[in-house]
Amino acid sequence: MLTKRLIACLDVRDGKLAKSVKFVDTKDIGDPVAKAREYYDDGLDELVFYDITASSDERRIMLDVVEAVAAEVFIPLSVGGGVRTVADATDLRLAGAEKINVNSAAVQRPGLIDECAHALGNQNVVLSMDVLRVEASAAVPSGYEIVINGGRLRTGRDALAWALEGVERGAGELVVNSIDADGTRDGYELALTRLLSEAVRVPVIASGGAGTPEHLVEALTEGAADAVLVASMVHFGDYRCSELKQALADAGLPMRMRW
Amino acid sequence: MPETVIVDYDAGNLRSVQRACAEVGLAAEISADPARLRRADRIIFPGVGQAGSAMATLNRTGLADALRQRLGEGVPVLGICLGLQISLDHSEEGDTPTLSLVAGETRRFHFADPTLKVPHMGWNTLSLRQPHPVLKDLHEDDAFYFVHSYYTVPQDPAVVLAEATYEQPFCCALGKDNYVGVQFHTEKSGRAGLALLARFAAWDGVFKGAAGEASRAH
Repeated sequence: MLTKRLIACLDVRDGKLAKSVKFVDTKDIGDPVAKAREYYDDGLDELVFYDITASSDERRIMLDVVEAVAAEVFIPLSVGGGVRTVADATDLRLAGAEKINVNSAAVQRPGLIDECAHALGNQNVVLSMDVLRVEASAAVPSGYEIVINGGRLRTGRDALAWALEGVERGAGELVVNSIDADGTRDGYELALTRLLSEAVRVPVIASGGAGTPEHLVEALTEGAADAVLVASMVHFGDYRCSELKQALADAGLPMRMRW
Repeated sequence: MPETVIVDYDAGNLRSVQRACAEVGLAAEISADPARLRRADRIIFPGVGQAGSAMATLNRTGLADALRQRLGEGVPVLGICLGLQISLDHSEEGDTPTLSLVAGETRRFHFADPTLKVPHMGWNTLSLRQPHPVLKDLHEDDAFYFVHSYYTVPQDPAVVLAEATYEQPFCCALGKDNYVGVQFHTEKSGRAGLALLARFAAWDGVFKGAAGEASRAH
């Protein structure tokens, strides 16, 4: 049986691990390679690296991190942050990333999704979207608006419409990150993940807000997500990956429990 | 010095496969050179991407012929994902004639349940259908990482080594003589996947399954 996935997201700035709270005031929490290895050994199903440096002259550092992780961690590895061109995506793939996440650059130039899908195959292109809850309007009928540049810039674009367009253009998976919930540990934005997951036929990963194992269970049931992304709750040692997976399995969800 | 070649035909990131081989002590060279392939004594035939363009590259470069030759000479060959799918006669993807290493075809998933996601992406367990040296010591809870929208339907059910289930059971590992193919990405399947690669690295290419016996009789 196909299992649900536990994914950990490691934000990397200048080659070091960082975790943001509501996208401001980031603080260093360690070495990304060691952390990746620790999670792999503890049963994590997939890793996402997000490069929050994203200034082009620093990109080499990220490629080195990806390369080092790929040499010792044998689960799918997804990398995003600052991917603006197919060349960026290809560099990351060669360094060892399985999947490439596109975000802000795709909002600004949607053809990037088509180009990456053509070059890497749909299944390797993940559309990562940062979403803000707003008053429903003619421009944003779902009441969820796409924001970019780490949540700083509102785009006036409807999240549901963007998800559908992204999949149409070739995204093979969606990461749905709630800006409202991010870093709060109050739980995922369940209505949002459910809305998008039911609208598309590609897997949807719930992101932002996880604080307890119950939040993960909710995202995979009520939120209809195919996978859950965690960060703070494992980075700061509150929970172990294996412990979270056990809690999900105990709740009756199909999980990979042997590693 | 035994030489393992990972066939490079512009079909995805082969370095993941190479790294996983290194992890289990198998030094493997990535090569797009048919002459190099003809000297290989162990071959890994991976791949992601589209069947049509993959076949065009394999035929144009002469890699397809070199692969068939080495396979005929008894060299152990491991197909992974697209490398498995194009080992059959035909793929529904782009209506493409494929390598005919094993009789059968590759079809697209069609699900009765409209909410099922495509591709079949994530970790899934296997149901063993017959023993094979490369799948030895598999535990029923070992899960492997899959990403695919097409699946293989071998003509002879006796080549099926294992099935996975995504709404319906489908063939996810097949073996015929010195060829073994897996649908999942064994290089990204944690320790279970590495163990499979290690067993392939140690395999002499002999498989006495029902299909192997039948083919030797001809």
